[in-house]
Amino acid sequence: MDKDQFLQAFAEQFDETDLSVFTPSTKFKELDEWSSMVALMIIAMVDENYNKKITGADLREAVTIEDLFNRVHAK
Amino acid sequence: MSSISPARISAISYYLPSTELTNEQLNELFPEWSVDKIMNKVGITSRRVAAQHECTSDLAVQAAKKLIEEYQLKTEAIEFLILCTQTPDYFLPTTACLIHERLGLLQSAGAIDINQGCSGFIYGLSLAKGLIASGEASNVLLITAETYSKLLHPEDKGNRSIFGDGAAAIYIHGEQQGGYIEKIVLGTNGTGAPNLIVKNGAMRSQKTGDKTLHTNEEGNPYNDNYLYMNGAEIFNFTLESVPLLVNKVLEKNKLTLEEIDLFVFHQANKFMLDYLRKKIKIPTERFFVYMAHCGNTVSSTIPIALKNAFIEGKIKPGSRVLIAGFGVGYSWGGTVLQF
Repeated sequence: MDKDQFLQAFAEQFDETDLSVFTPSTKFKELDEWSSMVALMIIAMVDENYNKKITGADLREAVTIEDLFNRVHAK
Repeated sequence: MSSISPARISAISYYLPSTELTNEQLNELFPEWSVDKIMNKVGITSRRVAAQHECTSDLAVQAAKKLIEEYQLKTEAIEFLILCTQTPDYFLPTTACLIHERLGLLQSAGAIDINQGCSGFIYGLSLAKGLIASGEASNVLLITAETYSKLLHPEDKGNRSIFGDGAAAIYIHGEQQGGYIEKIVLGTNGTGAPNLIVKNGAMRSQKTGDKTLHTNEEGNPYNDNYLYMNGAEIFNFTLESVPLLVNKVLEKNKLTLEEIDLFVFHQANKFMLDYLRKKIKIPTERFFVYMAHCGNTVSSTIPIALKNAFIEGKIKPGSRVLIAGFGVGYSWGGTVLQF
């Protein structure tokens, strides 16, 4: 899964946020729709596609979607 | 040497308090929280909330009375009462002693509380089975009861949308009738303690006057006087532990996934259950979900679901049911019920 595919899969977890909002530099925790439930869906998406675990610390430290992509790829 | 009698679940009843908290009401309190979204993701349309003066023993007594009436049980036959709760009426005495008195059980009957959450039903079964197998008791009344709503911050919309109050009463005996409790798998990992906790109010840390709901660095709402849950970490724990737990239960009982007629997991929330089901590759028709009208009732979710699976005809004589509880602690447990 490259960065674009990750971005798309990330965006698919949101129901109400317009797709155009999602870029690698989007500060995802500042999105109105970001919630603990969306966090679970992102964790599930990464588990399904990468068989890797995003921790609470990853979510705390990653600011942009690209940060999170890099963290997943470094695991 | 006397033979060890098998322990069986012969009856289940449950009680939910009358006050309802619907998605519409939550939507009025939190306008940014859409009714459809709660239902789609969490899988709950309404949950029940104990009244201000309604405590765990009140719910427990109601559940036990329903059980006794529904199955025409004799209170004098009950030789041991186990109450599983994390929201006792008092620090002391033991809430089970209050329930014992209100049910009019014999003074020769034992009564204890066990403090365990989402795995509590399995732990209760394990203890009841041990009491029956050792010959200490022939008939055990297990009650699971919680009033988690009293632990939730009024502005904590996430947890208020998930948790519901309730109690279940389960009769376990050594006679040849009901669901035989097969080999049990239990487990613990206390490193997860900080991820689901009510920090203040017991001995280590007193309650403070702080009533504000704060948000921590991970975006989770918290106030140490109330229940805190790190949803992301709890989800990671379940993704790691539940598939392993299911495999261990199958292995210990020399069964395969295909030989299980119905899977009944702790009803945490719909999204989590759907994902676990897919990950473990359990077909939808053999995976029972029952939480839409009661929410996550902690240790009562599995017995409430089992009762409804009976009513819906999903469990029949001969059915083999795998049950699994997991959560706060971290703590987990699972077994197979052979009906």
